[in-house]
Amino acid sequence: MSDKTMTADEAVSRLRSGMTLGIGGWGSRRKPMALVRALLRSQVTDLTVVSYGGPDVGMLAAAGRIRKLVAAFVTLDSIPLEPHFRAARQSGALELTEVDEAMFMWGLHAAANRLPFMPVRAGIGSDVMRVNPGLRTVTSPYEDPSTGIRETFVAMPALRMDAALVHVNRADRSGNGQYLGPDPYFDDLFCEAADNAYVSCERLVDRFDDAVPQTLLVNRHSVTGVVETPGGAHPTSCVPDHDRDEPFQKLYATTPWPEFTERFLYGDEKAYQSAAQAWHEERR
Amino acid sequence: MTDATLPDPVRPTGTPLLPPSGAPLPPPTRAEYCVIACAEAWRDNGEVLASPMGAVPSVGARLARRTFAPDLLLTDGEAMLVGPDGTPEGWLPYRRHLAMVTGGRRHVMMGASQIDRFGNQNISCIGDWERPARQLLGVRGAPVNTLNNPVSYWVPKHSTRVFVEKVDMISGVGYDSAAAAGPTATRYHRIPRVVSNLGVFDFATPDHSMRLASLHPGATVAEVLAATGFEPTIPDEVPYTREPTPAELQLIREVIDPRGLRDRGVPG
Repeated sequence: MSDKTMTADEAVSRLRSGMTLGIGGWGSRRKPMALVRALLRSQVTDLTVVSYGGPDVGMLAAAGRIRKLVAAFVTLDSIPLEPHFRAARQSGALELTEVDEAMFMWGLHAAANRLPFMPVRAGIGSDVMRVNPGLRTVTSPYEDPSTGIRETFVAMPALRMDAALVHVNRADRSGNGQYLGPDPYFDDLFCEAADNAYVSCERLVDRFDDAVPQTLLVNRHSVTGVVETPGGAHPTSCVPDHDRDEPFQKLYATTPWPEFTERFLYGDEKAYQSAAQAWHEERR
Repeated sequence: MTDATLPDPVRPTGTPLLPPSGAPLPPPTRAEYCVIACAEAWRDNGEVLASPMGAVPSVGARLARRTFAPDLLLTDGEAMLVGPDGTPEGWLPYRRHLAMVTGGRRHVMMGASQIDRFGNQNISCIGDWERPARQLLGVRGAPVNTLNNPVSYWVPKHSTRVFVEKVDMISGVGYDSAAAAGPTATRYHRIPRVVSNLGVFDFATPDHSMRLASLHPGATVAEVLAATGFEPTIPDEVPYTREPTPAELQLIREVIDPRGLRDRGVPG
């Protein structure tokens, strides 16, 4: 089996400006932040980002890398409103395709199943239809047996992506990924809905001998590259390896972006982790 | 659709549940009437998931679960279904939670940055969507919630900024929008109630516009009218939100919310 291990910078070197990029996790939970930081070190820009948004969206928006965002929300969970996403929206700095959480999920399913769309009840009657004039509806060819009505649904288009970035707890060299927390989120779907997927992990393992079968959710056929990057979801949560770094997230949310980048994003991933640790030590 | 995380602490053993003999309980606070009003939303719902968002609805859902609605399902605010003491009884990650929504066996109580007379709700942004004056959360799961399972709302500070004539971005679908969109929208659409710090509202009027269903003791119709950006239907006789029983008060104060999270942000 091929060894797909690479560094975060090598993974990002395969991305191009203008790409549609999916980012796994959910809000401020198990986000592939080390890969996002590698993106920030690169020149890649003009991205269409597809994400259940958290600080991944916030940082890329703050750095001006997002042309268009496809999302149902952007939040830091414990801090409901993401400051950089807010600023970008309020200054008109990015284009938004705002859909519902379920529409988003069915868009991923459509892409993973190579279908042009999936019918979804969600969206009908809401302003999601108004702000997305390109959205079309589809009428059921079947009459409902109880009402005799042929219902009309949103035809949620496939969210096909050029590349996906996800972070899991464990992975092997061939790209099998394992989540160990309570929720897989939608990382398997992101990988299956993208032409290429890059999986970072807390720890690279040789085998999954004692794994609970259902935890082996990401399969190697949908993965292009594997990156071992301990703490790679920081400051988002990656349980059971680590919880969300709440004080650091608060610092991120309240520090002007140039100041934050100067202090924490001046160097490589190792420098970032050291700087974050040094900040915690200063606070003691 | 993230639920507010409110730990359901286990009462330390040895803590007396009853007050010293004969001592009267302090009277209910406004926040405690709000808890009762929220809890009542889940009465007779049967075996469905109660999805409270915010501290007061969370206390209300747990109170209902421990008293008159024992079949309700609750989550730990993450991915587990849990019993009253926090013991896991099932797995509900987001992907399965969304199936629970569309399957309809759920009653969510969401927040609302804006809500109008027909129950259209906005949590997305304030101002022009193209370039909002204030970007909020985004529509989140409000569209899928409102078309698939009962959705109630909780507003801790009743004001003309929240209760508006027309919302800026319809995230949660109201009765007029559902009717205009046709049978796909109306089929499972229902907004049982809106609870604020002043009272309880429903849509039990011929045109499904908002009606004052009860006032919390201490609040007045004049207060409601002054804080509402449209004229809700006011019945000739407005009842008061019911009194909590002594057992309910003790559950709220000693078992479900001993730290008093319910009081934060609920003006009297």
